[in-house]
Amino acid sequence: MKIITGKVVVLGYQGVGKTSTIIRYIENTFPQQTTPTIGASFFNCKIDIDDNIKVTLQIWDTAGQERFKAMTPMFYRNANAALLVFDITSTNSFDSMKGWVQELKRNVEEPMVLFVVGNKIDLPEQREVSRTEAMQYSKSIGASYYECSAMTDQGVGVIFEKLALELVKLSGEAVNHTLKVYNDSELMAKSTELPPTDTANEEIVNLSLNDSIAYGNPVPAGCCFN
Amino acid sequence: MSDNIEIDPGAARESGLVTTDSFDNLERMSSSLDEIKSTNAISQSEESNDNANIEQLDESTNYVKDSTEENEIEVSREWTSKSKHIFVLSQAGKPIYSRYGNEDKLAWLFGVMQTLVSFVQSSDDTIKSIHAGDTHFVFLIKKPLILVAVHKTQESEQQIVTQLNYVFNQITSILTLTRLKKIYEQRQNYDLRRLLTGVERLIDHLLDFSEKDPSFFLGAVQCLPLTSSVRDSISSAIIAACNKIKNLVFAILLANNKLITLVRMKKYCLHPADLHLIFNLVQASESLKNSESWTPLCLPKFDASGFLYGHVSYLAEDCQACLLLLTVDRDVFFTLSEAKQRIVERLRRGNSLEAINEALVSSDANWNGAGFPELRHYIYKSKSTAQFYQPPIGPPYSLRPRRLIDVYKRSHQRLHSSTRPLKLAFERSASEAVLAWDTRGFELYATFEPLTSTAAIIASVGKLLDWVKKREDKLFCLNAPTF
Ligand SMILES: Nc1nc2c(ncn2[C@@H]2O[C@H](COP(=O)(O)OP(=O)(O)OP(=O)(O)O)[C@@H](O)[C@H]2O)c(=O)[nH]1
Ligand SMILES: [Mg+2]
Repeated sequence: MKIITGKVVVLGYQGVGKTSTIIRYIENTFPQQTTPTIGASFFNCKIDIDDNIKVTLQIWDTAGQERFKAMTPMFYRNANAALLVFDITSTNSFDSMKGWVQELKRNVEEPMVLFVVGNKIDLPEQREVSRTEAMQYSKSIGASYYECSAMTDQGVGVIFEKLALELVKLSGEAVNHTLKVYNDSELMAKSTELPPTDTANEEIVNLSLNDSIAYGNPVPAGCCFN
Repeated sequence: MSDNIEIDPGAARESGLVTTDSFDNLERMSSSLDEIKSTNAISQSEESNDNANIEQLDESTNYVKDSTEENEIEVSREWTSKSKHIFVLSQAGKPIYSRYGNEDKLAWLFGVMQTLVSFVQSSDDTIKSIHAGDTHFVFLIKKPLILVAVHKTQESEQQIVTQLNYVFNQITSILTLTRLKKIYEQRQNYDLRRLLTGVERLIDHLLDFSEKDPSFFLGAVQCLPLTSSVRDSISSAIIAACNKIKNLVFAILLANNKLITLVRMKKYCLHPADLHLIFNLVQASESLKNSESWTPLCLPKFDASGFLYGHVSYLAEDCQACLLLLTVDRDVFFTLSEAKQRIVERLRRGNSLEAINEALVSSDANWNGAGFPELRHYIYKSKSTAQFYQPPIGPPYSLRPRRLIDVYKRSHQRLHSSTRPLKLAFERSASEAVLAWDTRGFELYATFEPLTSTAAIIASVGKLLDWVKKREDKLFCLNAPTF
């Protein structure tokens, strides 16, 4: 059996419904009164693709508030996938999402699965960003586009399932370094996991199956520490 | 002195909390962070990273300002009838926060306040307050900000200044003082609200919290009553799980605005005012209940110049106590996450989760069955530990607890007046009789039935102190554990 652990960062303007969407998927509820996320929250979620492949998503739900912007690189630095969420009733949130895309393109070299997500489709009469526009934009950056409503649960499940499938695909590609793939017969990380130059940390990494950051080392980009 | 420690209920030789006088506006900036970082050699690259972030003052990102007409004068009846307004503005007069109403509509008012401040400053003086009939204007100038309260309450100027200081500390806690100062050095006219979106909620909450909770004027913290063996085993569980983790400064376990335990790095103590900000953050942030969070947090009394990073989580679905692990390292989330798992496992094995839950639901109602028929309520503050205990507020204050708090605030003010502090204050009114007593080791505030005789009050107070002493192990954290 193959176990794939992928790191997912969720980015987007404050209040677009990042937390609500994740909670909808994981707990299948819509939180009645959410408060803005403080810093970032961590979620773990397991998806069985079939009898042979299991995917664990380690999701970082970041805070959209401006004051936390400085710490966001910490969360996308080693991500394998990014969910870029906007609110279809707010052009402003769409523009802000584009800003995140640019930041990712500038700072992340590793291949990364990009999903653009338009949330709050339960409010069609307030729509400001058309499906076509969002679709076109997503295509232009090589991302898939999904629409959903965390409130009504429309389209939420499929996002995470497709995301898991994309990570499976990514794990098959030789270029990728940071995705963790374990075959449970040999409890060892696949050797492709390490960047060829990084030998000093090899030992630590291979030992820690359950994702700990080695203390004190600033995590170099492209290294497989979280 | 040492005699007192033996005698005074809830006293201890060592405290994890900084003990201070209530009205303490310490200006001095401590450099605890530098100290910890230099002893443990944190890599420089992270530091320079922080600095890089400071420079990012670009206006490019989409900060949406309400597109209301400026200078529209908002003076609705509802707005003018509020008993206490709080305003924050920059030295240049830019609106930052207004407790009620929209700051943009109140731009004219911020302009007036700024003019008053700079007018007095121009003659090398500082404006402190203005009194007009029953309305008081209190100013606190904390560079680079100006804080103003306009109120019709009975609170003293000192108490209002304390509250304004809390607001300032809340803002500092979000940005750090260093960054706050830098921002205005770079651009005097900066609109700070860009960086404070969402923080209005925290300030609103802090103001309400500080008006209804005695912790704030007492400068102390209330503990969750637990037998000392339970509290010690909780502390040990935390220490066992964390003592190998370098740079962990504080582990704080709290529930329902009460402290369960505080474990700290040797040499460092936590100031109650910082702990109050933490209580406020936890209480105002429902979202922390969803999962584990990782957040920067500046504790202004501990070190206003930089951030600590906090792993914040609730212990378990079935135990709603919140654990904060505060470190100076910005990327040890997973280390702390594992430590948290170990802590919860130990607590579960030791049945501590149940003990916490029991303490949370037990109303501690039996205290007034213990021979104090005329005593309605009391607050006992142990000075050497910066902790206090009060039983739950019961009749006749159950529906309006604020009234009782106001009574205590007034008594507290009489004990701590800067002009004429008293050691003992007794006040009898038609609704209650209140005794306030300030000794070297403790402060006691006790509310009795209005017609209770003085002799009976004195007798009760003696008995009450014995009662607290007998239960001090349970009511206070008497140990100050370290990692
Ligand atoms: N109508 C509607 N409202 C939604 C939907 N999803 C979220 N909301 C609401 O939008 C608000 C913000 O939701 P959050 O999930 O907290 O947003 P967020 O993106 O996590 O916000 P930050 O943590 O501040 O970045 C809340 O009031 C939600 O109830 C949705 O699908 N439809
Ligand atoms: Mg959120």
